[in-house]
Amino acid sequence: MATRKETPSTPTAPMASTSPGATLDSPVKQIQIEGLVVLKMIKHYQEEGQGSEVVQGVLLGLVVEDRLEITNCFPFPQHTEDDADFDEVQYQMEMMRSLRHVNIDHLHVGWYQSTYYGSFVSRALLDSQFSYQHAIEESVVLIYDPIKTAQGSLSLKAYRLTPKLMEICKEKDFSAEGLKKALIGFEHMFEEVPIVIENSHLINVLMWELEEKCTVADKHELLNLSSSNHLEKSLQLLMDRVDDMSQDIVKYNTYSRNLSKQQQQKHQYIQRRQQENAQRQTRGETPLPEEDVSKMFKPPQPPPRMDTLLIAGQINNYCQNVKEFTSQNLGKLFMAEALQGHNS
Amino acid sequence: MSRWSNSEPLRSSMSVYGPVVKIHPVVLASIGDSYERRNEGASRVIGTLLGTIDKHSVEVTNCFSVPHNESEDEVAVDMEFAKNMYELHKRVSPSEVIVGWYATGFEITEHSVLIHEYYSREATNPIHLTMDTALQSGKMNIRAYLSAQMGVLGKTVGVMFTPLSVKYKYYDTERIGIDLLERTRDAPNTTNGLTSDLCQVGGAAGRVQDMLATVLTYIEDVLSGKQTADNSVGRYLMDLVNKVPKITAEDFETMLNSNINDLLMVTYLSNLTQAQIALNEKIVVL
Repeated sequence: MATRKETPSTPTAPMASTSPGATLDSPVKQIQIEGLVVLKMIKHYQEEGQGSEVVQGVLLGLVVEDRLEITNCFPFPQHTEDDADFDEVQYQMEMMRSLRHVNIDHLHVGWYQSTYYGSFVSRALLDSQFSYQHAIEESVVLIYDPIKTAQGSLSLKAYRLTPKLMEICKEKDFSAEGLKKALIGFEHMFEEVPIVIENSHLINVLMWELEEKCTVADKHELLNLSSSNHLEKSLQLLMDRVDDMSQDIVKYNTYSRNLSKQQQQKHQYIQRRQQENAQRQTRGETPLPEEDVSKMFKPPQPPPRMDTLLIAGQINNYCQNVKEFTSQNLGKLFMAEALQGHNS
Repeated sequence: MSRWSNSEPLRSSMSVYGPVVKIHPVVLASIGDSYERRNEGASRVIGTLLGTIDKHSVEVTNCFSVPHNESEDEVAVDMEFAKNMYELHKRVSPSEVIVGWYATGFEITEHSVLIHEYYSREATNPIHLTMDTALQSGKMNIRAYLSAQMGVLGKTVGVMFTPLSVKYKYYDTERIGIDLLERTRDAPNTTNGLTSDLCQVGGAAGRVQDMLATVLTYIEDVLSGKQTADNSVGRYLMDLVNKVPKITAEDFETMLNSNINDLLMVTYLSNLTQAQIALNEKIVVL
C-alpha cells in the first residue's frame, strides 16, 4: 500500500529498478494484476467488442523490484474515423492527467488487447509492442481471450518481446541474413510472463459480501461436453494460416531457384568471356573490356522473412490452444464415461 | 434544509418505490479502489455512476471518482473534472449516461444533499449509492437511494432519500472472473496462477463433487430420521438423477470412441504441424 501513496513527480520519468547486470533474462519476472483490472477488461470486451475485431486499452501501474504491478487500466475508443490518430494521443493524455488527480497510478506500463480464438500474432501487434518496449522497458501486452473465458476459466496471458527480437526490430533488418545472425526462431519471438492476481483486503471483503448476497448459480461452463463448434473454428483458422505458410514457402523456393540459376548464368558468362579473351590474345587482338558482371545480372529480391516468422508463431499458438482444448475434452469424456458406467 | 438519514427498522418494512438498481461488480471494485487512494485527510470519496436506464431498472456499469473537498461547513466538487471524464468515457462507450453518484461512508450527510442537487442537474432522477468502506457496522452495506421532496409546500421543504432495492448483475464472463478472484482471496497472499488445462477441469469436477457430498449428507440425514424430508428437495433430487441420459452401452461406446478419435486426430495434426514449421525454420536458416 505504501507504494501507492507516493505520487511520482513527472509522468514521463523513466522507470527505475531494472536490476543492473545482464544476468536476468528480462527485467520483468512476474506480473501482478489487481482484480479491478481484470473486471474492467472483461466489461470492456463485453460491452464494446461483440462481433468486432479487437478491443484495446492501456495498462497503468508501477514496477516493484522485478515485478510489474498493474493497478488500473482504461479502454481505448474504437477506430471509427480515419483521423483517429490525433484523437488517440489527446485522449490518452487527458485520461492520464485526469487519473492523476484522483491518485491513480498514471504510469503507462503496457497495453491489453482481446483476441479471437487466439489469433494475435500480427505485424501490428509486433510494432505496437516494440514501440512500447522501446520507450518503457518493462512493458507487456496482455492478451485476453473472451471466448475461452466464456468456456469456463479466465484466459489471460502476458507477453513481451524477447531481447533478440528487440534488437532486430531496432535495426529494421528483416532480411534472411539478419535473422540468421540473430538465430531467432518462432519460439523465441515472444516470451510469456507468469501472472499473479492480487487483491487488496478491502476488495477481498467486497468479494465475501458479494458471494453472500448473490444467488446466481455457479456456472459450470467448464464441464460442458460440446466441443465441435469451438474445435471447428480453431481448425479453420489453423488451415488458413497453414495455407499462408505454404504460399510463403513456395515464394521462398522460387526465390532460391532463381538465385541459383542466376549464379550459374553468371559463371557461364564469365567463363565465356575468359575463353574469348584467351582466343583473342592468341590471335593478337586487344582483349575485350571487363564488363561489370554484377550489373548485368541483377540478383533477385529475397523475400522478407519476418512474415514467415509471424505466421510460424501464429501457427504455433493455434496448435498450443488446440492441444489444450483437446486435453481438457478428453478428460471430460472420460468422466462422462465413468458416470455412464455407474448407471448401466 | 433538513435531511433524513436511513434507520434500520424502517428499511426492512418499507416498500420500495422506484426502479431496481442493478450493479455490476466492476463498479464496486472501482469504488473500493478509489477509497484506498483517497487524499490525506479526506474521510470519504465521491464519484459519478454511469450506466443505462431501462423502464423499471437502472443498470450501473461504470463509474469514476471525482475529486472533492469537504469540511465542516462547505463542500466543493470539481465539476469541470466530472464533465471532462464523462466526455472521455463517452468516447469509448457512447451508450452510457450519468445515472447518479456514489459516496463511501455510512450516513447521508447534509453535504450529500447539495451534491445530489448538482447531480440532478446532470441526470433525471439520479441515484445515490453508498458503500461503507470503513466497515463501521461490520459489513459493507451497499445501498442505493432516490431523492424525493417532502414537507409542507411553501413552509419547510426537505429532501428525503428513499431506499431502492439493489441487485447484482453479472455478465457470464464477469461471473467467471469473479470466481477466479474469489479463489485468490482464500489464499491470503495472492497467488493464483491461472492454472493449466487439465487442472481446471479437475478443479471444476472437485467443486461438483463437494456439492454432491453435501447433497448426500442431507439424504443420509433424512433416511436416518435426523431431518424431515422436504418434498420439493426430493423432486429436485429426482430431476438430478434423471439428468444422466439413458443410452445403451453399445451406443455410448461408439459415441465415446468416435469423439475420442476426433480429439486424438486433432492432437496428432497439431503436433505434426508444429514439427513441420520447426523443420521448415531450420532448413531456411541453413
